[in-house]
Amino acid sequence: MPTKIEKDSLTGRETTGHEWDGIKELNNPLPRWWLYVFYGTIAWSLVWFVLYPSWPWIDGYFEGVLGRQERQVLDSRMAQAQAAQAQYLDAVAAASPAEILEEPQLLTFALAGGEAAFADNCAPCHGLGGAGQAQYPVLADDDWIWGGTLDAIRQTIAYGIRNEHPQSRFSEMPAYGAMNILGREEIVDVANHVLTLSGSEPPDPAAADRGAAIYEAQCSACHGADGGGMTDLGAPALNDQIWLYGGTLPEIVAQISQPRQGAMPAWAPRLDDTMIDMLTVYVHTRGGGE
Amino acid sequence: MPDSNLERTVQSTQVETEDVLSRSEQKTHSLFAGRVKVYPQKIKGTVRRWKWATLVVLLAIYYLAPWIRWDRGPDAPDQAILVDIPGRRLYFFFIEIWPQEVYFLTALLVLAALGLFLVTALFGRVWCGFTCPQTVWTDLFMWVERLIEGDRNQRMKLDRAPLSLEKVAKKGAKHAVWLVIALLTGGAWIMYFQDAPRFVVAFFTGQSGAGAYFFVGLFTATTYLLAGWAREQVCTYMCPWPRFQAALLDEDSLVVTYEGWRGEPRGKLKKNPDWSARGDCIECKKCVAVCPTGIDIRDGIQLECIGCGLCIDACNSVMEKIGRPRNLITWDSENNQKARAEGRPTRLRLLRARSLAYVAVLLVIVGITGVGLAGRSSLDVNVTHDRNPLFVTLSDGAIRNGYEVRILNKTREDRDYALTVEGLQDARFMAIGVTDDFVDQLVLAAPADGVAAYQVYVTVPRDRVTQQQTDVRFVIEDLASGETDGQNEVFRGP
Repeated sequence: MPTKIEKDSLTGRETTGHEWDGIKELNNPLPRWWLYVFYGTIAWSLVWFVLYPSWPWIDGYFEGVLGRQERQVLDSRMAQAQAAQAQYLDAVAAASPAEILEEPQLLTFALAGGEAAFADNCAPCHGLGGAGQAQYPVLADDDWIWGGTLDAIRQTIAYGIRNEHPQSRFSEMPAYGAMNILGREEIVDVANHVLTLSGSEPPDPAAADRGAAIYEAQCSACHGADGGGMTDLGAPALNDQIWLYGGTLPEIVAQISQPRQGAMPAWAPRLDDTMIDMLTVYVHTRGGGE
Repeated sequence: MPDSNLERTVQSTQVETEDVLSRSEQKTHSLFAGRVKVYPQKIKGTVRRWKWATLVVLLAIYYLAPWIRWDRGPDAPDQAILVDIPGRRLYFFFIEIWPQEVYFLTALLVLAALGLFLVTALFGRVWCGFTCPQTVWTDLFMWVERLIEGDRNQRMKLDRAPLSLEKVAKKGAKHAVWLVIALLTGGAWIMYFQDAPRFVVAFFTGQSGAGAYFFVGLFTATTYLLAGWAREQVCTYMCPWPRFQAALLDEDSLVVTYEGWRGEPRGKLKKNPDWSARGDCIECKKCVAVCPTGIDIRDGIQLECIGCGLCIDACNSVMEKIGRPRNLITWDSENNQKARAEGRPTRLRLLRARSLAYVAVLLVIVGITGVGLAGRSSLDVNVTHDRNPLFVTLSDGAIRNGYEVRILNKTREDRDYALTVEGLQDARFMAIGVTDDFVDQLVLAAPADGVAAYQVYVTVPRDRVTQQQTDVRFVIEDLASGETDGQNEVFRGP
């Protein structure tokens, strides 16, 4: 607290009385309108406190005279967004997946919706973008266990595979090893033969020759004479470069001995038809749709 | 008769004087002070003429520029200067800026700042005194006030007078004219953002959007308040510019200067003055009377002096009357003033390190911006590799990568573009919505003045993929004009 009010010689105005390294400050009075504007902001804030949610109580909070709640604002904005979406959603609902593919605007909307739904529902198993992971099929490639047409994809999504839904897809590959249908050496022979179907060099060509007969007897009924697979039965193609459970000899032997068979939930009970249509279109356009 | 023994006793006792000031001895230093109203007087002169000319030119540009037309084709706005926020474009005659090119606007602002620094370093606070919008509109409003209420003395008398029909009429008329000017100002501002003819019609028929009415109202209110009521309070208390002027001026900058070595010692004019024994300043206070911020330039350069130079005209008019040399107050530099006081020759040092440095930086940025604008293409491509999956193995073992390709068509016609990828052998392409099969070359369309996004798949036979990551380049070519643009990306494999 300065005891002496000093006057600056140059301007004749008072200083604050303090000095920092030889620098002193003038103490000019602020204009009164500045003070009134400050009072105005205080008054404004009081009005604000009354009109809008402001003070917490012990078991709640003062909701403001206007009763505005951010949750309600969010709800109304969501409703607005959905109303804006409605024209596109209705158009997608009215069209079949095949028609959606033809119409660019609908396609853009459906792909966006499908991408969002896919990330929430399908990506945990099938990976984002349908990239797949160990033992979950890659949806972005052109190899389909149960068929890659729009109808086939839709059915798979809606009813799933090997679940409790009455319309779920179902098939079962016998456990040739575990149920002792084939002996260990026979399985190895067949595995070698299977490798030749995709044009690879089997480790044991002699075994592969022996395995051909076993394949024709045991496997060709489902997997096809040339290993082309049968999508009605969910029997994978054995003559391509895509192996869900591994393409090395030990892995093929293991799969023949005790086959792993994937299960997929039915989505029809959980997602509405429009969403499943959008997912169908999305999966189909990941590059491998038929 | 004083008791000398007692006196001696008192005087010999040591009593210290306390270092304290009583409350009544302390000058009242109230924290707040009421505003002292400034009544600038009318003055004629060279500086005043320059100020009027600047005001007319600047206001003409501000009010008339939105009305200039520029034909860009049937679907495009035909206003020369337009900030089209819904359409995400900025138009300036033949220049058209997309949102991602907002850095041109940044460059413009940087150039404006550098230009201001240069002009201030050379000529002092000419921005504040001649071209600042606050000064221009306050000057205009003061002119209206002078027209309706009269010059300084008449205005002061009117303010002191009790309420009467004449007072109400004059004040009412003044505020009405002010509000009309403010409304035109607010409206003109909006016309930079909306097509001017259409906006004017819509505004007065009640069809403009709520936003337009709000902003016109806001700018009307702020113009009216700042130019009508706040005036010099803006310069003194609200604007940051005066407070760093000190950093922009040096001893060679031309500033409004009172030649104290000539004017002092000042004194009232008496009969037959001996000019060798007294200064030229006759304490007429005309310089204070005409000052729009109400300061005394004889105190020197100060924060409140906006460098308008009206005091120069005022003093010169008086100097002429009393037959003394002009320019007792003048535009001059500190160095020159010292030289004049000592009788040495003076120099106008415009080319000095500071100004040359500003000019150099200015030229560099003008150059960069110019090159940037001139080299602006009408075509741009952005390619983003899919995050998931990184790559896909197809049935025949081929490796496929997915990309989102965005084509920015900045021309005003629908165009087709050929897409090729350099750096891959035997690559084939597919795009959703364009083709279902893999083809050797894709042709993608983009709408006029728009963006088209495509999901593109690139497939390469397994034996042609030799690395985990191959550098490639996507190139699109405008089939109509041959213009190309490209972007580097990668192709991933196992």
